[in-house]
Amino acid sequence: MRGNTKGGDAFWAGLALPGVLWLCLFFLLPFYVILCVALGTVDPIFQTPQPEWNPLEWNTGAFEFVFKGLFTSGAAFQTVFVRTFFYVLIATALSLLIAYPVAYFVARYGGRWKGVLLAGLVAPFFISYLMRMLAWINLLQDDGWVNDVLVWIGILDAPRNWLDGRASSVILGLVYGYVPFMILPLYAFLDRIDRSLLDAARDLGASPFQAFRLVTLPLSIPAILAGIVIIALPMFGDYYTPNLLSGSPQTSMLGNEIYLYIKGGQQIPVGAALVVVMMLFLLVLMGYYVVSTARAQRRLGG
Amino acid sequence: MNRLRNVWSNPWGKPRFLVLFTALYLVWSIVPILVAVRFSFNEGRSRSTAQGWSTRWYTGDPDLSVLHDPTLSTALFQSMRLAAIAVLVTVPLGVALAIGLTRWKGRGAATSRGISLATLVTPEIVMGTALFLVFVHLLNFIPLGTIAQAIGHITFSLVFVVIIVRARLLAIGREYEEAARDLGASTMQALRLALLPMLVPAVVASAIIVFAISMDDFVISQFLSSGTATDTVPVRIYSTGRTAPTPAVNALATLTLGFTLVVTIIGFVLWKAVRSVRGGTGSGMQEFATLDADTIA
Repeated sequence: MRGNTKGGDAFWAGLALPGVLWLCLFFLLPFYVILCVALGTVDPIFQTPQPEWNPLEWNTGAFEFVFKGLFTSGAAFQTVFVRTFFYVLIATALSLLIAYPVAYFVARYGGRWKGVLLAGLVAPFFISYLMRMLAWINLLQDDGWVNDVLVWIGILDAPRNWLDGRASSVILGLVYGYVPFMILPLYAFLDRIDRSLLDAARDLGASPFQAFRLVTLPLSIPAILAGIVIIALPMFGDYYTPNLLSGSPQTSMLGNEIYLYIKGGQQIPVGAALVVVMMLFLLVLMGYYVVSTARAQRRLGG
Repeated sequence: MNRLRNVWSNPWGKPRFLVLFTALYLVWSIVPILVAVRFSFNEGRSRSTAQGWSTRWYTGDPDLSVLHDPTLSTALFQSMRLAAIAVLVTVPLGVALAIGLTRWKGRGAATSRGISLATLVTPEIVMGTALFLVFVHLLNFIPLGTIAQAIGHITFSLVFVVIIVRARLLAIGREYEEAARDLGASTMQALRLALLPMLVPAVVASAIIVFAISMDDFVISQFLSSGTATDTVPVRIYSTGRTAPTPAVNALATLTLGFTLVVTIIGFVLWKAVRSVRGGTGSGMQEFATLDADTIA
């Protein structure tokens, strides 16, 4: 009409430009730097990494080291990787078992308490993750209240040191830390399920449980998958939870290895290579998530 | 007994089991925090048993309280400073990015949207390592410390602003701007006079979210810290959480929690006010919680 479509487009692109440049400079570029450090060399005297900016001169030594560690049975990297995988698997499964009923209840039966219940569900977002771990450090001490309660009930004969390298404490911490991030998306999704579908199922003779199993549960699969991915991805990179609630090498996760290599100063290229390998592994997970969400939606869409 | 069997055989029919389960979850989720807060008021040095009440670890103790131990008070100020910088830079940058990416139909728009969403699913340790290496090896005119940390916070919180503002933009549609254009406004005027006022609730909401995730951040702050002077509260909790000899670290965490809650509640009230001026209806908490969920889902 005014012949300004083209000019308008340039205006909008210009508006996006600072943000796009920011992301290129501080998000895309750093990934290239990780690659260049992982595929670079180490100064023989000072042990400082020498990034190799030219892809033609890349040196795969660090990756060979990482892959050898991952594929040799009993090697440290493999042990840590398998352990991380199982911790994340167990913690994610437990989180789902907790998150689904809570989200379901608040979405379906919240009623006039919904506001209060939601405030309770949102609260952990505004309490620092580290403070929430600190709370458990307090509770799990030798003379802490968890031991007091367990001894008082009679489950334990004597107080136990929960913080000396137990997988159970680390998994407790992971579940406690990440479960709120799973509840909210599940809630948002379950809240949007059309109730007339459930009424229809009941009218056609389904029991409440059947209605749940045949209508609500299949409809919530995309939300369940989203919730799993949302908490599993950061768990793979977690190093603070195992460090705070155990501190023992017996429970160290992939994140701990990365942290040691990157911030410990020795063999930084190995740390960078570990980051790249972890990203590739997680990309597979993300790809699976995208594909299965699409499939679930297609199936539900008929 | 019969009733119990009914509940057991069909736990979903009447929500008694779910009431109990949700109540237990909320207790489990909140009580540890209250216990940590309670220990911060201990008179004695224990962080695992209740020992009277005092404000010794906040202000009283001449060496070890938050007020008098510089490593603790510095951390609190560093956290506040980074959160303030993050909100002031990220919100305008993110609002412009969101509007630009939503309205721009050019070839780069989808790619740019993909890049901003990629920051959301990138584990923090990856971003922390990446930024750490970039500031050490390539952009080494930016030293580790406050500026590097602020850049990190801005980078990972940008996407939250984009998601919140974009959702609002899609809900508003293009009609208002087109009406403004038809009445003779330039693109810039249409943006400023028609679109931006309608975006105010989304801007306030994204400021709250950016503030909260900046205060909460640990990994980026730690990877990009230059030493004790630029440690934030979470970094301090991490480095002394296991070994701290006194509840002063609990006091520090409690102060930070109180500060975050006060700012968030002020923000929430403000958001409710601007939202109702803009004609929002229904439960504020409901919309706010879903907003948070949409942000991370």
